[in-house]
Amino acid sequence: MSPVIELRDVTRSFPGPPEVQALKGVNLRVDAGDYLSIVGPSGSGKSTMLNLLGLLDRPTVGEYRLAGALTGGLTEDQRAALRAQLLGFVFQSFHLMSRRTVLENVSLPMLYSGTPRGRRDELARAAIERVGLGHRIGFLPGVLSGGERQRVAVARAIVTRPRVLLADEPTGNLDQVTTGEIMALFEELNADGLTLIVITHDAGVARRAGRTIRIADGRLSELVSA
Amino acid sequence: MRRWLPVRRRRSDPADDGLPLRPIARADRFGFGDLFTEATTDIGSRPARLVMTLAGTVLGTAALVATIDPSQTSAAQISRKFDAAAATQLVVSPAEAQTRDGGAVAAGTLPWDAVDRVTTLAGVESAALVTEVNTAGMTITSVPVNDPSAAAAAPPPLVAASAGLIDTVGGSIVTGRGFDVGHDARGDRVALVGSRAAEQLGVMRVDTQPSIFIDGLAYAVIGVFADVQQRGELLNAVVVPTGAARADFAVAAPEELQARIVVGAGPQLQRQAPIALVPDAPESLDVSAPAGRSELGQSVQSDITVVFVILGVIVLLAGGLGIANVTTLSVMERVGEIGLRRALGSTRRQIAAQFVLESIVIGLLGGLLGAAVGVFAILVVSAVQGWAPVADPLVAIGGVILGAVVGLLAGGIPARRASRIEPITALRASAT
Repeated sequence: MSPVIELRDVTRSFPGPPEVQALKGVNLRVDAGDYLSIVGPSGSGKSTMLNLLGLLDRPTVGEYRLAGALTGGLTEDQRAALRAQLLGFVFQSFHLMSRRTVLENVSLPMLYSGTPRGRRDELARAAIERVGLGHRIGFLPGVLSGGERQRVAVARAIVTRPRVLLADEPTGNLDQVTTGEIMALFEELNADGLTLIVITHDAGVARRAGRTIRIADGRLSELVSA
Repeated sequence: MRRWLPVRRRRSDPADDGLPLRPIARADRFGFGDLFTEATTDIGSRPARLVMTLAGTVLGTAALVATIDPSQTSAAQISRKFDAAAATQLVVSPAEAQTRDGGAVAAGTLPWDAVDRVTTLAGVESAALVTEVNTAGMTITSVPVNDPSAAAAAPPPLVAASAGLIDTVGGSIVTGRGFDVGHDARGDRVALVGSRAAEQLGVMRVDTQPSIFIDGLAYAVIGVFADVQQRGELLNAVVVPTGAARADFAVAAPEELQARIVVGAGPQLQRQAPIALVPDAPESLDVSAPAGRSELGQSVQSDITVVFVILGVIVLLAGGLGIANVTTLSVMERVGEIGLRRALGSTRRQIAAQFVLESIVIGLLGGLLGAAVGVFAILVVSAVQGWAPVADPLVAIGGVILGAVVGLLAGGIPARRASRIEPITALRASAT
């Protein structure tokens, strides 16, 4: 099976002084259907990793293949198109637009992904049903609970049918019960074949993933689950 | 401009470059309609702030529209006054020549039929001959008896004129009537008196045909006139027909031809009138005619416009700074949204275009309101001052466009800032 994501000897350094190497010679392979968690203390290079994987930053050295395509030489527009079609993002603080309804929030990515206009409403409704919020479809985010907001964010991330879902501390703002709900949702999505990469500092969350990668001082090490 | 509008660019489909992307129909791409929707959806979401943002542009545009327009309104007012008073009078008199002992004599003569000769010229509305009669040693009284014991009073000036004089100088007959060509041709002894001369002579009403005695000759007063706009001295004078004055007071030649002309005909009539009057020696006549348009009026107009425009531009600059401020604030508040859109596949250019367009729309709204307020202000000022409002629709349209341009300029820097926001940093820093 060909990897969805493949990093080869990726180094990302930020010009100083002093020059900082946030990632040092990283190799990573993520296959379709993987559920991967990346853990590490703050400052370890997690954000840089997410930026690179999310095509929001470019490696200084090394190559990154996304769905088989070398991303190094791509233009800004091409990278934006790849983000829109292949990647879904879930963030710690949800980032819902407070003056737009659940339906409008979930429809937003389809503006950029080129989803046929006639299907957008139907797909958004399906995604909202998928995360169990069919009864909240016309609500504004302000009246939803934290767990519901994160579900809306997940619906928004999957509405474009991405190959990979990148989640950045998805449970950081949630209590234990709703954390469990979101993790269960992730597991369902993964069971449906979605590739998941979850960046977290919560060991409990990390353990739910099939693979766990530790990142420390810019280097990766794969933890073999017990 | 083209850089900011993704739809205008010819963009190849990334799927054509062998990337693992599905091809996107042109109609499903992020187009101007999407951009416009995204840029305008949130404009009204904070009404109070929108009002504050608009205030600067509305005031600036209104100030410009109102000041450019009233400067036209008031300029029209000014030029109307100048034109009415000065630009419509033409006076022809014989040229003067120096005599050896330093005196001056007339070098030519005006013909007695001068009025007929000039009224055929284009641009002449009415004309009349005017000759002051030398009244030295004469008496002009309203009683036939010469009272030797009465205090000596200077007689009012005596003017010999052809029929159209009162009309030509813009006067009006207060009571009675004016004399006509017939009176003039027959040499009838009739007289018009100016309103002040009427007071001096004690002529109150003319229905009884009172007589005044000019050097002992009885003249019937047929009218009293007032309100002359030229030759104010006529109000003190007794005006008699030229025909009678030639017979009774030996007037040898007309002194001046006074004509009322249309605005702008001055330069042309200055050349034509002497030829029409004395074809064999046109240079023997002096013509005093107004310049084509009132130069004074025009300079006043341009001064006013410059001052008003400078004021309006300053206010508009303040309005533009207002938009720039609020757009910057809005960018900083929406850092999270910007990061999100970038993560979802928006390009930097699309982000910048969204904020620029939002700013343009706000500027356009401000311009629209401002132009309306400005035009309304003109109407109010004109109504209060009793002026005729002169509103150029182009100025109002220009005001609207100006508002949009201010929005475009004001949105540029904040939009650039928005497009440079790093998505992940933005998404981590701000919570929604």
